[in-house]
Amino acid sequence: MAQDDNSGAELAAADSSHAAHESDASPGTALIVQDAFENPGFPAHRPRVTDENPQREKRAQRTVYTLFYLSIVGSLWAVAAYMLFPMESNNAGDVRLNNLFFGLGAALALLALGIGIVHWGKSVMQDVELVDERHAIGGTPETQAAAVKVFTDADRESGFTRRSVIRNSLIAAIVVFPLPAVVAFRGLAPQDQLPVPLLSHTMWSKGTRLTLDPSGAPIKAADVTIGSAFHVIPEGLTDLEHGKLDEKAKAAVLLMRLEPGDLNELPERKDWSYDGIVAYSKICTHVGCPVALYEQHTHHLLCPCHQSQFDVSNHCEVIFGPAKRPLPQLPIAVDDEGYLIAQSDFTEPVGPSFWERH
Amino acid sequence: MSTASPTTDTQKRSFTTSAAVYVNERTSIAGFIKELGRKAFPDHWSFLLGEVALFSFVVILISGTFLTFFFQASMAEVHYDGSYVPLKGVEMSVAMASTLDISFDVRGGLFVRQMHHWAALLFVAAIGLHMLRIYFTGAFRKPREFNWVIGFTLFILAMAEGFTGYSLPDDLLSGNGLRIIDGLVKGIPVIGTWTSFLIFGGEFPGTQIVGRLYSLHIMILPALVIAFIALHLVFVVVHKHTQYAGPGKTQQNAVGPPILPIYAAKAGGFFFIIFGVIALIAALFTINPIWNYGPYDPSPVSAGTQPDWYIGFADGALRLIPPGWEFVWLDRTWSFNIIVPLVAIGIFIVLVLMYPFIEAWITGDKREHHIADRPRNAPTRTAIGAAGVTFYAGLWAAASSDILATHFWLTMEGVIHALQAVVVIGPFIAYFITKRVCIALQKKDREIVLHGYESGRIVRLPGGEYIEVHEPLDEYDRWRLVSFESYAPLMIRPNARGKITAGQRFRASLSRWFFEDRIAPVTKGELESGHGEHH
Repeated sequence: MAQDDNSGAELAAADSSHAAHESDASPGTALIVQDAFENPGFPAHRPRVTDENPQREKRAQRTVYTLFYLSIVGSLWAVAAYMLFPMESNNAGDVRLNNLFFGLGAALALLALGIGIVHWGKSVMQDVELVDERHAIGGTPETQAAAVKVFTDADRESGFTRRSVIRNSLIAAIVVFPLPAVVAFRGLAPQDQLPVPLLSHTMWSKGTRLTLDPSGAPIKAADVTIGSAFHVIPEGLTDLEHGKLDEKAKAAVLLMRLEPGDLNELPERKDWSYDGIVAYSKICTHVGCPVALYEQHTHHLLCPCHQSQFDVSNHCEVIFGPAKRPLPQLPIAVDDEGYLIAQSDFTEPVGPSFWERH
Repeated sequence: MSTASPTTDTQKRSFTTSAAVYVNERTSIAGFIKELGRKAFPDHWSFLLGEVALFSFVVILISGTFLTFFFQASMAEVHYDGSYVPLKGVEMSVAMASTLDISFDVRGGLFVRQMHHWAALLFVAAIGLHMLRIYFTGAFRKPREFNWVIGFTLFILAMAEGFTGYSLPDDLLSGNGLRIIDGLVKGIPVIGTWTSFLIFGGEFPGTQIVGRLYSLHIMILPALVIAFIALHLVFVVVHKHTQYAGPGKTQQNAVGPPILPIYAAKAGGFFFIIFGVIALIAALFTINPIWNYGPYDPSPVSAGTQPDWYIGFADGALRLIPPGWEFVWLDRTWSFNIIVPLVAIGIFIVLVLMYPFIEAWITGDKREHHIADRPRNAPTRTAIGAAGVTFYAGLWAAASSDILATHFWLTMEGVIHALQAVVVIGPFIAYFITKRVCIALQKKDREIVLHGYESGRIVRLPGGEYIEVHEPLDEYDRWRLVSFESYAPLMIRPNARGKITAGQRFRASLSRWFFEDRIAPVTKGELESGHGEHH
């Protein structure tokens, strides 16, 4: 076994005790066994097949350069595939072919190259093993003392410890100087808006028609059959120039019609529904995913993100999952033409809970 | 290098030598090469896990750089007009449209996108496995505690990189992920509402978030990752690599092939193998088909939504909270269904981060450790690790609770309740079983050292009894089984002022917990005193 040049003398196969240079370091509660076995030292070096059999060595060399040539083939293949498999035909299948053949060529180029190099290293390169001596990570005591002296000298020369008024005012100034930068980040959000009022109101107001998501077509109460569910947005949402998604993220509603007998309505909300038709916010009161899955025969709504379940027949109270509050109900009515309209905005903030909500 | 007789030297020098001299005389690199070039690098398959992480990060950098030339991080609305027919005319953000263009209108673009995504998944997975290797072999002990902290920071940065990248295409799936982040942030007491308002630049989803995540994803986070990787590797060089116990290997040496040429060849080749495997996966398997999800819209969502695997534990933690953990108190909303998962994960992270320091405090061992432990020889540490893995795995599985339920025909509620049990009780069971298994394995090792290994040779004795002959181990095999240390529980002693502090008491009780059940390595005396005689 070869020796590392910076380790100097031949290393005796030492026992497992820790480095001599730190024998003064405490072993803590480690048990130091007195008659422990001694390290038997390195076993004899075992030659590889390629070391002993020149034919095998030749073969290994052949394998290595064959792999390198194969890698070149792979690279050229990828370049050819780039040209031979165009994808400008608006056909998704062509994209798949381009991806497959371009990728396979690249993969072949890389794998053959990598396996070739590793094979070279393992079978053809001389099987050298070195022994490095470890040194204490902290360096020698002299080095440590010199470093300490640097700091003491610097402290003495600068008066960092002695001139405490200067030092403390320096620390104070350094602590305070990033403040303007922190304050500037207030600009991440608009200066002329506050979150709580925004979170407390949606696009719904008295008389807003319920319209289909995404077409924006108004919905006639007569078209809502028992057992059906509609994804609903307020009238005018699709025409918004700005903030369409912001409004939709608050105003999305699920409209369902149940047998009036199945509805167990709160006394104060008796007139919030119309002939078994109820409208609830679609935004989960947990962390805001759309509660999009409606199980018709149980009248349960399920949020696919974290599995909160809401019971539509019992004013959307939570029956399972991490959500706490029922989905807010949108009071609805019917206008002169028979279209469903909102009686007002939601009477509470929709969506996930937030600190100032109460 | 010699400068004594340049004329004659130059004539004899080969081109390589001349070039090396030219460079060295301008960079002083020779000292560096002399120091590093022939360092011995211990070899073991488990040491490759960190390399997998490093190399997949390089693949991420290469593929990600390509993607930046085509991706546009804007949330301005456009009507899609690319090659993918089903989405033609659909309103979407520029970010989504440019991601579709990378997939359908740039040749090889889909391949690079898929490579980037697969490499990211591999990156986080490899860091996780690498950390488990470090943990279970005790390779975090002095002098490597800081490197454990740096590595764990990299794990968290990698997850942040992954999540920010995942959110960039502004598709339906990632948009719902951001919606969850929004809800999560809003649930944080006091600062939540404003924090969300600042992150999204107003109301959710706003028109800012993709651009902001892009800054994080391609500038701030990669800079941090590169800086921490550099620091991590500098420490690997400073400390030299650990090695497993074996004949000839000691705390004072590092044994292995030299960096040049064998280690460089193996590691360099391994880089191309990792690159190639990622390329092969990207060529064959679709990842994140955003064209199936469509652009983000706050209203629709598909069943079975899943985050990328490494975010699963956080998503699962949210799912496991029982109903009703939210209260109005002092006129403010206290969302314990958000606070509890955040705090639980926070505590878990702090414990993992601090573990090296905790164990060092318990053992009081101030020596350097360069021989990696076999996990069985540190039963309590291994058992704690198994408990932690169980906790994490329970949270992680919970992120797929709905998929588990539908695939195995179980009820949603049943899966959640079972996983709640896994997360709360599971770690204790895993701890207990693992500790017993470790101690049993240590006993087995002792038996093999004392009585030899089963030779498979059956002998009939004159009395008619059949026995299997046990052969003694040779000294090299024996060394692997006896070269470990065990610790004794701490005895409380009064300090210099004659007092027993509460801290010491606490340390002693932890020490008892760690080391009360222990198996000591076989000593020479034990072997010689004839334990093996009855064969």
